Amino acid sequence: MNTIDKIESKYLRTDIPEFKSGDKVKVNIRISEENKDRIQSFEGIVIKTHGYGINKAFTVRKISFNVGVERTFLMHSPVIQSITKLNTGIVRRSKLYYLRKKVGKKAKVEFKK
Amino acid sequence: MVNSIYGKKVGSTQVFNNAGNAIFITAIEAEPCIIVQVKDAANDGYNALKVGFGPVKEKKVTNPIKGIFEKGKLPLKKYLKEIRFDNFDKDYKCGDQIDIQIFKVGDKVKITGNSKGKGFAGVIERHNFHRGPVSHGSHNIRQPGSVGMCSSPSRIAKGKKMPGRLGGKKVTIPPTEIIDIIQDQNLILVKGSVPGPSGNLLFIKKV
Repeated sequence: MNTIDKIESKYLRTDIPEFKSGDKVKVNIRISEENKDRIQSFEGIVIKTHGYGINKAFTVRKISFNVGVERTFLMHSPVIQSITKLNTGIVRRSKLYYLRKKVGKKAKVEFKK
Repeated sequence: MVNSIYGKKVGSTQVFNNAGNAIFITAIEAEPCIIVQVKDAANDGYNALKVGFGPVKEKKVTNPIKGIFEKGKLPLKKYLKEIRFDNFDKDYKCGDQIDIQIFKVGDKVKITGNSKGKGFAGVIERHNFHRGPVSHGSHNIRQPGSVGMCSSPSRIAKGKKMPGRLGGKKVTIPPTEIIDIIQDQNLILVKGSVPGPSGNLLFIKKV
């Protein structure tokens, strides 16, 4: 373990569940307004994960009022209060960018039962 | 109080602050420096501490340098440098140590070191010139353009920005914030980048 890894290890979170592209997750985000915090949740399909160590990030896509919304989070960010994995997706690739061009039923990912 | 220390660049990464923002940081390893000699204005004309730091094999140290350390019965060190400062409000002795406890989180520090050498660089890399058009038969892609006037004054103005050696020079970066200090590993995490490659010798001064 080199020195940089040691520094990063202090900031790495261990309470994050494992998930992959295609999984459905619920991300609870801490939002601080003037002097109080509130929790906002973002629920959708993970379309990519990238990086490793403290730079690890993932992107969640959802359809909100017929508009596709994507949000990228740093996996170990303290802004994330919690992540819950809701479903395991059946997908054949690690980056699900094809979902952006699909509409209706085809924009869905099948889940394991 | 002495307000500076020597250190070594370890590398860069990012960490999170309390607000949850990711901050780009550079880690600097600053081992305790041993005071080899105390210089004062009365004797030497200026106030300074001569310090030694960095591990070294005995056979790598020349005899004249070895003599300096042996005079104070001190362990041999790789580097021998001076830290100059004005107000001597504490009595320093030969053999005392200066460590990173002189800094605390939130302090602003200036960092000096040699930058990476870039070799002979053109005006785009060296002086941030713009490039010319790349198409329509242009031959002016990365050229400096006109460098001056005609027969009057028939010379090039002094200080004209031109291609040449870039980098490999002593650089001081503007004051940057200390994000974290890891005492047991002698590490200082400063915001942003610092000059030179990893392993570069740096001078860290509190402002």
